[in-house]
Amino acid sequence: MSATIETAKSARRSGRPDAIRLMLNNRLATAGLVILAFMAALALLAPLLPLADPDATAPAQRLLRPFAEGHLLGTDALGRDILSRIVWGLRVSLAVGISATLIAAFFGSLIGLVAGYTGGRTDTLLMRGIDMLMAFPYILLALAIVAVLGPGLINALYAIAAVNIPFFARNIRGVTLGLARREFVDAARLSGKSHTRILTSEILPNVMPVIVVTMSTTVGWMILETAGLSFLGLGAQPPQADLGSMLGDGRRVLFNAPHVALMPGIAIFLLVMSINLLGDGIRDVLDPRLKSGALTRPVARTAIELPAGETHADAVPGAVLDVAGLKTQFQIGSKTLHAVGGVDLMLGETECLGLVGESGSGKSVTAMSIMGLVPTPPGRIAGGAIRLKGEDLLAASDARIRQLRGGAVSHVFQDPLSTLHPLFTVGDQIIEAIRAHQPLGHAQARQRAKELLALVRIPNPEQRLDAWPHELSGGMRQRVCIAMALANDAELLIADEPTTALDVTVQAQILALMNKLRHEKQASILFITHDFGVVSALCDRVAVMYAGRIVETGGTEQVLESPAHPYTRKLIDCVPVLGAPERRLDAIEGLPPSVDDLPEGCAFAPRCPRVQPECRRGEIALDPLGDGRAARCLFPLVNDDERPATDA
Amino acid sequence: MIAYIAKRLLAAIPVLFGLTLIVFLIMALIPGDPATAILGNFATPENVARLNAQLGLDKPLPQRYLIWLGNLFQGDLGRSFALNRPVLDEVLERFQATLILAGAALLLCSIFGLLAGIVSAVRQFGWADRIVTLLVLIGISTPSFFLGLLLILFFAVDLRWFPASGMYAIYGGGDLPDLLYHLVMPAVTLAAVATGVIARLTRTAMLEVLRQDYIRTARAKGLSERRVIYRHAFKAALVSVIPVIGIQAGFVLGGAVYIETVFQWPGIGAMLVNAISTRDILLVQGGVLVVAASYVLFNLAADVIQSTLDPRLRR
Repeated sequence: MSATIETAKSARRSGRPDAIRLMLNNRLATAGLVILAFMAALALLAPLLPLADPDATAPAQRLLRPFAEGHLLGTDALGRDILSRIVWGLRVSLAVGISATLIAAFFGSLIGLVAGYTGGRTDTLLMRGIDMLMAFPYILLALAIVAVLGPGLINALYAIAAVNIPFFARNIRGVTLGLARREFVDAARLSGKSHTRILTSEILPNVMPVIVVTMSTTVGWMILETAGLSFLGLGAQPPQADLGSMLGDGRRVLFNAPHVALMPGIAIFLLVMSINLLGDGIRDVLDPRLKSGALTRPVARTAIELPAGETHADAVPGAVLDVAGLKTQFQIGSKTLHAVGGVDLMLGETECLGLVGESGSGKSVTAMSIMGLVPTPPGRIAGGAIRLKGEDLLAASDARIRQLRGGAVSHVFQDPLSTLHPLFTVGDQIIEAIRAHQPLGHAQARQRAKELLALVRIPNPEQRLDAWPHELSGGMRQRVCIAMALANDAELLIADEPTTALDVTVQAQILALMNKLRHEKQASILFITHDFGVVSALCDRVAVMYAGRIVETGGTEQVLESPAHPYTRKLIDCVPVLGAPERRLDAIEGLPPSVDDLPEGCAFAPRCPRVQPECRRGEIALDPLGDGRAARCLFPLVNDDERPATDA
Repeated sequence: MIAYIAKRLLAAIPVLFGLTLIVFLIMALIPGDPATAILGNFATPENVARLNAQLGLDKPLPQRYLIWLGNLFQGDLGRSFALNRPVLDEVLERFQATLILAGAALLLCSIFGLLAGIVSAVRQFGWADRIVTLLVLIGISTPSFFLGLLLILFFAVDLRWFPASGMYAIYGGGDLPDLLYHLVMPAVTLAAVATGVIARLTRTAMLEVLRQDYIRTARAKGLSERRVIYRHAFKAALVSVIPVIGIQAGFVLGGAVYIETVFQWPGIGAMLVNAISTRDILLVQGGVLVVAASYVLFNLAADVIQSTLDPRLRR
């Protein structure tokens, strides 16, 4: 699975799973910026614009409708021009909102920086205080402060700023806490810089993006809340033109002149919405992790896009699983990663095939492609054929695939902690697996689940049924996963590095268990691993993958004894042998090639000690070597006693 | 489970004490002389001194806090001078109305927020997702008091479907249907913003959960997509959304201040606004304290519900 996880991670990093979506986001942010810039310009230029005096009353012209002569948006109950009051009100709202944000950001960040940097008792004390303030409903605290200071615009500003300090303090403290333990801060401390210097020159620059994001996401709120206080008559006092108090005044004449309330309401809405749009845009740029398009939901089955007219060899008779020319790709933005580039596999009845390779070689993706479990997006099966006992799986309906999953074909995955659902008991999860495929009542299924736990040698199965996954050890959890895989007498078990996350002793137990069950249950196993030790313990045959293709295949003993492909040789040499300390452990120099940019010829050529010029040209076939073996190498090692010089 | 609830209750006690301290301090730090504030600027110094002594304001601050706390435990929050009745009576009476409004709003925003979030995540990038995203954006950018006015104009004035204000009909009302009839518009208005916030977070939580390994396991077991989404994914997403709903309780309780003013709902928010205008400090103190304490209990309830879903939290 490592390959898919890695590509999913890189998808998140490059952050472009859906270009249209992000463009839409950008467009929204741009729209927000344009509206905000327009409103800010209006507010700034208010004294220069040819507007009526916002405070000039004219009793004769009261409650004029919009588009009245000389009053584009009409007049209010005192005959004042609404357009003019809105423009001047914008000035107030923006000024108050921005000042409140700056005040909250300054004090909140200061508290957060000090608490996160000093840690210990200061941190505890400061954060307890912050928590206490956050135990108040936000607006209520603002009301209490206004109650103390008395109604008024400036007091409302202070109140709103004060109640926002905890948000900043919390966010900034979290980031600072992480930074304060980093090496560059230690280095600065050792170089004798003062704490103030370190805070301002080392930590603050790194915290700045968080402060900006928090500001951009709270400024809209602060404008709303100050307008709210003015609406209640606790903020701006008459005759000051303020959007909130205009709305409050308009409420009194709502039934006969609704425009008096509607106009300032729309103005607040537009102002806050443009700020929120822009804020989302800023957040996306500065904190891509939260980007709204960054998470895409994998669908139930891998997308299948087969090229028209592609033909494959007929199904191998008697094969349980038969994969031919499988190609699985990941679409990351405009890049296509060829994770699996034409893989052939054959698995006979009760046979165990080991699929071996480094992380990123495509072995997990190959295995997950069989039942369509490669996440889409970004994955898709782009070619080949997969047949289960002759049945074409790529052509099967979704319903049929669902029937086979957990039925004829079951899976055991790598990390038993993350693959079991943390919020259901192990019993529930096994019972669910049974009842998805067998028409059993709950009690019967529970009995069966108990038998399964006993089968995988879990002590006290009755009690263990009610255990939660987090209460079991890693080995026990993997036994539960195996029990679940055995629930419906699968013919094919796909095991994706089932022992990698376990201790060595537990590993051996699980392998012994699988070997025993395999013979009892007469199931075929496709065993994915990077460990040749595991292969030799369990597998009849082995297939070695490199850069998305099979490079060697054959009987386990022969391959281990005398590998034909230089890559297999290197891989086997990586395994330490107990009691042979003088043996040199060879790490393979270099890195596997990136699957979006494979070299021509042999993919292993850049790392191969025996590389020849021919190796870098053309397509190299998987040539049979006799005895059921094959290797994708122009100069296979078999029957070649001369070891390459570097290996001596 | 019971042990866990007991533990959470115990942990809430210091928070409640902290609340009383903050409320007391805010009110004690009022600039100027409360007695002068009560008696007006033309009060004689003798009267001011007498009232100060009567209110216990001549004693040092810690002592005043302890006296105040002692009275609080006996259910004595002082007397509202504007209403000339005990603060506690007034506050509790008003709080009932607020609790009905806030409870209804919380119910609405939980149901619709969760539903919208799920639909949005399941139909990611589809039309439903776009519509929900747009509505959420509009919802969190609209001042709730403006939305209330719009609803009144449209549903009360134009369509005459719902009453524009009050909690019960003036004549002949007073039963449950009448209450619900009056409750619809204020509850919907109060729920709007919180619904948007919950929908947004539910969407993110669902998307985050749907890429987890245990969802792949559920699919590998051959479960139907419906079961994968509504049983496996939703349960896990709910665990991270419930604390957010708890936080929304605070916004709903606070937002009630606006909504009660707009719809003339006889709750504690409208009371607070009046009390601030008349400088009825003891009433403000009592009101803030009761609402803040109820918010602590809402969050406690959210914690307990969350732990019933997630066994890992029960330790």
